[in-house]
Amino acid sequence: MALDDKLGVKDRTFKIVGTRPNRPDGIDKVTGRARFGADMNAPGMLTGHVLRSPHPHARIRAIDTSKAEALPGVKAVITAKDFGHVPDDMADVLDHCLAGDKVLYDGHGVAAIAAVSPAVAKQALKLIDVDYEVLPHVTDVDAAMKPDAPVIREAGGDETVPDGMSKNAMHRFEFGHGDPETGFGEADLVIERSFRTEAAHQGYIEPNACLATLAPDGQAELWCCTQGHYAVRDMCAAILGLDKGMLRVTASEIGGGFGGKTTVFIEPIALMLSKKTGRPVKMVMTRDEVFRASGPTASTSSDVKIGMTKDGTITGAFAEFRYQGGAYPGSPVEFGAMACFAPYDLKHVKTVGWDVVTNRPKQAAYRAPGAPMAAFATESVIDELCQKLGLDPVETRLKNAASEGTKSAYGPTFPQIGVKATLEAAKAHPHYAAPLGPNQGRGVATGFWFNFGGNTCVSLNVNADGTVSLTEGNPDIGGSRASMTMMAAEELGIPYDRIRTVIADTGSLGLNDVTDGSRVTFAVGLSTIKAARDAIRVMCERAAMVWGIDPDAVEWEDGHAKPAGPNAGQFPPMSLAEIAAQASNTGGPIAGHHEVNAEGAGVSFATHLVDSEVDPETGAVKTLRYTVFQDAGKAVHPSYVEGQFQGGAVQGIGWALNEEYIYGEDGKLQNAGFLDYRVPVASDLPMIDTVILEIPNPGHPYGVRGVGETSIVPPLAAIANSVSNAAGVRLTDIPMSPPKVLEAIDAAG
Amino acid sequence: MSQIHVSTTINGDATEFLCEPDETLLDALRDRLGLTGSKEGCGTGDCGACSVTVNGRLVCSCLMLAAEAEDAEVTTIEGMAEGEALHPLQRKFIEHAALQCGICTPGILVAAKALLEQNPAPTETEARYWLAGNLCRCTGYDKIIRAVMDAAAEMRGEMRRAS
Ligand code: FES
Ligand code: FES
Repeated sequence: MALDDKLGVKDRTFKIVGTRPNRPDGIDKVTGRARFGADMNAPGMLTGHVLRSPHPHARIRAIDTSKAEALPGVKAVITAKDFGHVPDDMADVLDHCLAGDKVLYDGHGVAAIAAVSPAVAKQALKLIDVDYEVLPHVTDVDAAMKPDAPVIREAGGDETVPDGMSKNAMHRFEFGHGDPETGFGEADLVIERSFRTEAAHQGYIEPNACLATLAPDGQAELWCCTQGHYAVRDMCAAILGLDKGMLRVTASEIGGGFGGKTTVFIEPIALMLSKKTGRPVKMVMTRDEVFRASGPTASTSSDVKIGMTKDGTITGAFAEFRYQGGAYPGSPVEFGAMACFAPYDLKHVKTVGWDVVTNRPKQAAYRAPGAPMAAFATESVIDELCQKLGLDPVETRLKNAASEGTKSAYGPTFPQIGVKATLEAAKAHPHYAAPLGPNQGRGVATGFWFNFGGNTCVSLNVNADGTVSLTEGNPDIGGSRASMTMMAAEELGIPYDRIRTVIADTGSLGLNDVTDGSRVTFAVGLSTIKAARDAIRVMCERAAMVWGIDPDAVEWEDGHAKPAGPNAGQFPPMSLAEIAAQASNTGGPIAGHHEVNAEGAGVSFATHLVDSEVDPETGAVKTLRYTVFQDAGKAVHPSYVEGQFQGGAVQGIGWALNEEYIYGEDGKLQNAGFLDYRVPVASDLPMIDTVILEIPNPGHPYGVRGVGETSIVPPLAAIANSVSNAAGVRLTDIPMSPPKVLEAIDAAG
Repeated sequence: MSQIHVSTTINGDATEFLCEPDETLLDALRDRLGLTGSKEGCGTGDCGACSVTVNGRLVCSCLMLAAEAEDAEVTTIEGMAEGEALHPLQRKFIEHAALQCGICTPGILVAAKALLEQNPAPTETEARYWLAGNLCRCTGYDKIIRAVMDAAAEMRGEMRRAS
């Protein structure tokens, strides 16, 4: 895929891209009309509820559902057995919804009920008898790595895990090049530190919800809040043995996801309950269930060793990461180990990652999955080296920064990238030179995310009145309808408000991968532009037909077909609306399509600056000022780009300072609610300043890079570094809650 | 237990419904009256997505019993725009891109309107503390606060922009 073929991105002047129009779904969303997951009902619908395990680890000896089934108003009771055998790659997905032989975490689903009302369902849940044989449990990643730890999965790890290790180690990853030991030998200072981060939940405000109907002929309808309704379709079809084409999934408006809504938790259950009862079944998770049984991210422990010369050159870098991803393999340790040193051009670098299982819910992706925790560790050590060597942290990062042609720490050689631009911008920004008061400190950190393209299918229909209907298949989670509409308008040369973008169900458009990997503005945008070009090609042909000239002699400019030059003939330009009005007489409806498995997403870098004040009496850390510098390639709708920067930074602030999964000795989650799992509120925060950099991505016609994830990578380290500068203590344990900060201050005397 | 008959006024309309004795106002609004603009983010009073006003007072409708709405004046997000005309807060939220997913938006708009009714000229800090009971996970609050301050200025007759 290449840059815009006609115009180099740099020379292109945009009319609509880069402006800030109102989003097309704005009125629906400010009036309460927009329909989210729990806002849909169906005639005769039942309500579905899940019985969840009170034990972190137990064998299920027997489940007696007879009393519950006998309760008037109960229409069906199911367990995992009702699903029979499912394909191997779906076994863990189903097991996480409803347990097989063992429950693996506090909150693990055991059975489900469909009833006429929530009151009946609640009563019925109490009537299900589960005979548990309680087993020893482990919820901490380091404890799970001990050779004598309770074993969660008897089969143990794969061939990458050496003999004699804990059976909870599932897989070992390794990345890098050169020899770090050689590098440490060349250093003037080598620092080695260990770090821990606790799990954070994505914390979307809308609990998972769905409405399912499965008829005896195998035709099914599913409405749900998800980041990817095609993925939901494929998983549910595989688990229930349905044909993909018979299961139509419609994505509701989605009340946040951040990676957490990329899998299924209740959808297969609702479909099975509907199948058993012959009625629509609606399921809505409670907030308690969301915390206990939907994916938080991994908790981690790591060791980092970095060597630096007096002038700030990093000579060698090594990091080892242990990520527990709950009771199933698949923690994002691989991404963490790949991403952490990506901002730098290093001769000797090696990272090792261990994927570990514990008695916790299966982790789900969370915004740049795996990268923030790894960057916390490595960016903290780089900062400490700068402190000890008396070096400027931005200058030092610049000195080591990767650029075009750098062989990255995770393998590939970088094309044009923006890491230096983010650092230069930070250095030049007034924030970097602003004075600080007592107990205040400034922190800096840099972060990286890969970005993704993926399967994408877009359809664009030109209506007879000159309006355009754009159909795409990715839920709009933060203004993407606006961005797609803008790119279509830009390409077609018609006003923004002449286009309406809808998000199709799985029966109306081909495969679209999940809204993840910051892929939508890049890949769906690219496909939108190409679909518009496809429609333009058709419109040029139609104009040629009307004019009686060769289609090659027609070109498109500013929403009009016109003869390509004086030799093509003398005809006044014909507008899109004029061509559309004659479509029936020139060959029928006009449409454009594009289908692709997009590559060339273009990596993304950010540098964050933060000023914190540490209260020496309480250990509380207040964020005073925050600035995000990030490369967007090309910002399509700058307000929503800024919004991604701000939202990611604030999720990072919450993770750094407050948010954590707290497990008791009993293996139960102690803070499964927004009162005790405290996400940042408005009064915790300052404005979040943003600086958008635009280093074009050669893989997109307008140079767009995804922006959604990178912004959560630097905050953990940036804040730890600011606390270190404010209070003279180096925090190595996330979250940096007041008691921990106070303890560190007291220990430092 | 038999259901309770409730007569109330919702967004200016006289309304009657039957509810369970332990049913929340939020459930009655959403499940019985079709007013799904109020959202349930937690059901425990911690997120503000269910914010409505009852007799002019801002409440979490998930913490109030539906039966308590007897003879009350309830206002929900569905009552905020007047016909075709959006409330200035609604307009400013769209203009400032103060929503990403939009699930928190109804609750925040209801809460912000209650703020401006009490205090037409809040400082940024006052706006931040007033809205501290309304969680938004997407925006980091920056654009929400700007939209509220801008709407307040417009409603006071000042045409300056807050950003
Ligand atoms: S749903 Fe009422 S405060 Fe969260
Ligand atoms: S816009 Fe998504 S929670 Fe506020």
